[in-house]
Amino acid sequence: MGQAMIEVRDLTKTFGAVEAVRGISFRVDMGEIVGFLGPNGAGKTTTLRILAGIFPPTSGEVRIAGRDPARDPLACRRAVGYFPEYAPFYPDLRVEGYLRFVARMKRIPRAERARAVARVLASCGLDGVARRRVGTLSKGYRQRVGLAQALCGDPPILILDEPTIGLDPGQVVEIRDLVRALGGSRTVFFSSHILSEVEALCERVIVVAGGRLVGEGTPRELAARVGRRQRVVLRVDGPPEAVAAALAALPGVERVAREADAFVLEAAADGDATRAAGEAMAARGWTIRELRAETPDLEQIFLRLVGDGEQPRA
Amino acid sequence: MTVLALAAKELELYFTSFLFYALASVFLVLSGYYFCTNLSFFVVMGGMQLQRGLWQYQFLDMQQRLLVLLPLLTMRLFAEERKLGTLELLWTYPVRDVEIIAGKFIACLAVVTLMLATAVYPLMLVRLYPVAAGPLVAGYLGLWMLAAAFVACGLFVSALTENQLLAGAATYGVLLFFWVVTWNEAAMNEVTRHLLLPFSLFDRFYTFALGAVDTGNVSYLVLFTAAFLCFTFFALDARRWRGVR
Repeated sequence: MGQAMIEVRDLTKTFGAVEAVRGISFRVDMGEIVGFLGPNGAGKTTTLRILAGIFPPTSGEVRIAGRDPARDPLACRRAVGYFPEYAPFYPDLRVEGYLRFVARMKRIPRAERARAVARVLASCGLDGVARRRVGTLSKGYRQRVGLAQALCGDPPILILDEPTIGLDPGQVVEIRDLVRALGGSRTVFFSSHILSEVEALCERVIVVAGGRLVGEGTPRELAARVGRRQRVVLRVDGPPEAVAAALAALPGVERVAREADAFVLEAAADGDATRAAGEAMAARGWTIRELRAETPDLEQIFLRLVGDGEQPRA
Repeated sequence: MTVLALAAKELELYFTSFLFYALASVFLVLSGYYFCTNLSFFVVMGGMQLQRGLWQYQFLDMQQRLLVLLPLLTMRLFAEERKLGTLELLWTYPVRDVEIIAGKFIACLAVVTLMLATAVYPLMLVRLYPVAAGPLVAGYLGLWMLAAAFVACGLFVSALTENQLLAGAATYGVLLFFWVVTWNEAAMNEVTRHLLLPFSLFDRFYTFALGAVDTGNVSYLVLFTAAFLCFTFFALDARRWRGVR
């Protein structure tokens, strides 16, 4: 185990009668990229806000880079770059001016400020829009501005709340690559509810639901724990009954269903059901219109992780 | 340092927004109009105490314009940041809440000070007629301190909500309460009157308009401002139990 950068023990947070977080413990080591998964209302954002120093927990212990935010709030905040959900921004400020403001807020000494701003502009690919007002930028660029403000001052810990929410697929890939590139020696802790994203970025995942921790491990371990199935979607020009029969006969296939003009098959986790289905169709000379493997969505995985005992709150 | 950075950002947002120019224009045009009518009133009537009476009329008029315009200037201070979500970001920077409040207060007060730069009217008058500086200084000091009290009050109300309109309307409510609190003195019993009179913000200004700087009134306005700045701190600190919104 490396040095713990984020350490949380028995964390709880209540707002009036609402228990947002009900006793979560975990740690994130230096240099790790860890995903924080859970349905909406699971307590993800509340936990991240506590880590970012926005408000203290109701009970439990928090250590940021070994420090206690209750005793040393400003030093803890300095160690953390935070990216809130929906990347808030001042629409009327220009990108560069805004980042200069952030640099001053983060108490970067005057002599290093210009260099710090230039560095985040370059690393987030914002050089071309430095003079534009943030409000006139596309959503993808605004998201980059949000990342740039988090990175400003070179904090060792990055906490990102749903960094790719609301982006189109191309932008999602861009931001994801950016997060991966920014990782480096930094500790990155980010929340998401998209499994593929977490799988693409993280070595380790922490799953919460209903304010409690329900699973922790590598994405593979978690998927194995809930007995993940393969799901393949197939659209093919061929006699429907014959197609269904051919698919059902494939090894490992447990179920074949029709959804509109497509076939959906579920197969055991071992083997490559997508490939087998494609080869079976080709062998019979049926033209394949669509063939794709569907990753089970996170909802299913954590619903199983949560078990019957507690349903995640919507 | 961070206070100045925050104040600079606020000023930039004020000066890039149309609202500030609109409000400042309304204030200056109205002040000019009242100066003109007040002056001609005294010229026509003649012989009245020009020095004292004119400034008294003028300062009381400007006070009312400030009451109408300032809530529109203060309503965005925190409400807009809450709405945009940028307040949440400010809270993650190594900055104390006190610094955030100070930055916004200073910026808004600076903008108001700029609006109060109506000193050009007495300067014009001084070319035609001898004008004593004392009452003028007292009047402007009173107006400035009253403006600071309005700004502190508006800042507090703005910290309570993410709805700018609501913040503006509620600020009017609070300020009007402090204005009219003693209007109906005749209907009050002696005890109530004694309890409420010290809270009348506008009675405090009256002596300034007459050209007198009374330490009691100065301390009242300073305390009023300080109290609302403290309330603002508690309003921001309430995120501990009510969350970010």
